[in-house]
Amino acid sequence: MREIMYRDAIREALDEEMERDENVLLLGEDVAFIGGNFKTSVGLYEKYGDLRVKDTPISEAGFVGMGVGMALTGLRPVVELMFSDFLLVSADQVINQMSKIRYMSGGQATVPMVIRAPIGAGRSSAAQHSQSMQAIVSQFPGMKVVLPSTAQEAKGLLKSAIRDDNPVVFFEHKMEYTNKFDIDDGIELIPIGKADIKRAGEDITIVATSSLVMKALKAAEKLEAEGISCEIVDLRSVVPLDRETIIASVKKTGRLLIADEAYERCGIGAEIAANVMEDVFYWLDAPIARIATPNVPLPFSPALEFPIIPSEDKILEKARALVAPTA
Amino acid sequence: MAKKLVKKQYQGVYETMYKMRRFEEEVFEFYKKGMMPGLAHLYLGEEAIATGVCAALNDDDYIGSSHRGHGHLVARGANTGMMMAEILGKKSGYSHGKGGSMHIMAMDKGILGANGIVGGEIPIATGAAYAALYRGTKQVSVSFFGDGATNEGTFHESVNMAAAWKLPCVYIIENNLYGISVDIRDVTNTNDLVDRAKGYGIPGAVADGMDVEAVYAVAAEAIERARAGKGPTIIEYKTYRWQGHHVGDPGDYRVRRDTKEKEKWMKRCPVAAFRKKMLGSGIAESAIRKAENAVEAEIQEAVTFAVDSPYPDVSEAFTDVFTD
Ligand SMILES: Cc1ncc(C[n+]2csc(CCOP(=O)(O)OP(=O)(O)O)c2C)c(N)n1
Ligand SMILES: [Mg+2]
Repeated sequence: MREIMYRDAIREALDEEMERDENVLLLGEDVAFIGGNFKTSVGLYEKYGDLRVKDTPISEAGFVGMGVGMALTGLRPVVELMFSDFLLVSADQVINQMSKIRYMSGGQATVPMVIRAPIGAGRSSAAQHSQSMQAIVSQFPGMKVVLPSTAQEAKGLLKSAIRDDNPVVFFEHKMEYTNKFDIDDGIELIPIGKADIKRAGEDITIVATSSLVMKALKAAEKLEAEGISCEIVDLRSVVPLDRETIIASVKKTGRLLIADEAYERCGIGAEIAANVMEDVFYWLDAPIARIATPNVPLPFSPALEFPIIPSEDKILEKARALVAPTA
Repeated sequence: MAKKLVKKQYQGVYETMYKMRRFEEEVFEFYKKGMMPGLAHLYLGEEAIATGVCAALNDDDYIGSSHRGHGHLVARGANTGMMMAEILGKKSGYSHGKGGSMHIMAMDKGILGANGIVGGEIPIATGAAYAALYRGTKQVSVSFFGDGATNEGTFHESVNMAAAWKLPCVYIIENNLYGISVDIRDVTNTNDLVDRAKGYGIPGAVADGMDVEAVYAVAAEAIERARAGKGPTIIEYKTYRWQGHHVGDPGDYRVRRDTKEKEKWMKRCPVAAFRKKMLGSGIAESAIRKAENAVEAEIQEAVTFAVDSPYPDVSEAFTDVFTD
């Protein structure tokens, strides 16, 4: 075990995969000379040169589309979007091109491409730099949607994403970049599509994504002291969705709370609740509940932002209510 | 040094143009007979462009195509039977019926796909050029699109990057004056769309898109330039589509500037003009007939193959979303 920052785990994954396979290259705004807006590619430009670590113009549709063309012709581009909000600027290339070309070509084409983009609120970045795009992206077929929680996941899942022959959208949480985690170097690759039970428990299943996994773990400790035993499932990817792990856990605990930072409406919580309902309905002791970003644009002021975004406190409250309903 | 089509290329060039012409006429028949699901955007009238440009390409080069893509595919030697089958939604089509007219892809011919999104393919073709540069393969990528696509951001973004990084890419504007019903002259304040090349610091060329020799001359130069590592070129070809925007569109809006506009352009049929040129150059009528007959046989075979092919099983709707 060693300690590493989330952003450095990403850099290590990029570095190791570039070292391993000369078809891997990185492009995006500010990724080269300064090593990325969030410092996730420091040193790679110096090591691999200008053609492999490419500072692009501010042309999201253009360079995401170039990534598609590179992937179609045999490279494995990793394309960084500075904020996941900007994915919408490149939306056609992501949604209509990257994720559909294999299907539209009847399986002739493969698009081994990764789009990395930071999600999450908490930095007073307001409505256009704080959103979490996993729900909107997951709606469209043809791309995997990955949400690493810790540095271990960031590294192991990114390495798997780069080796995957399908397009993968890889959402990093911007509030985690400088947080430190223990990482086990014995784990090289984490398979995409397998959820991870981060903590076993008996009374309630909390399926969490990204940063909310750590918040759920903290909440679980407090709830333990109150006599509530939580099972924390780190979803790791929305597409593919590991239904089996969720269903097995809910059958054991009888309760399900889903915590994800995308907007609530048509969100990840809604999807998982509906997706597992037929399988878990007769095992449930309480209605399925969810925690998400409410359906308002994210506000700037900390006085407005922090109270509304998903938090440890909200997980605590909801979990308590599900396990021990008052009245 | 302007490159010229030489006489020994004439036969092949003519065959390609004639094949496109006959292919599209048969596609139109499918539509009229109610055999075709959806729509198709015919390349009739614009044959000289894809033919002339692709005559200057190597087998391992890439092309990106648009919604009006049948001609580009034929020019690259795609299998006409598999194209027809795809247009009819059959299992034996290039995409097993999942793509249709607007999404025919033939990866084995370096065809990165026709594309249903106007301007959608421009960055993709540009990325292929980047891959060629990255690998040092000396391949060139050619992006075909219409006048309308030049007003999409992807055009600007792609050309700008290709120019900045000297990518081996050639951008072909097929200026047929219209984007569906909208006259480009009503929505763009420049007479020649290629003028924009100046803004990216790259060469631009305009040529007559109804004259395959003129098409070839500028394309060959641009392609050679790209292959030599000197960067991208924008070429604008002035052309006209014989039919409406797609099958079923009468195209009768093209009278606002000149009620005889269509008739005037149709007098300049690129296929007939080149046939005449061949005869003038001493090629025997019988040799041309022979080539036409061979094309006709291929087209009839393609039609039969497509019509006789079965539809895909519904289970195929669920395959090819991901690769394992
Ligand atoms: C992004 C996008 N906008 C609009 C359309 C609808 N549409 C299809 S073809 C077309 C006209 C394109 O004109 P042009 O680029 O000149 O090509 P042409 O059809 O003339 O060959 C339009 C507007 C589309 N498919 N994609
Ligand atoms: Mg047009």
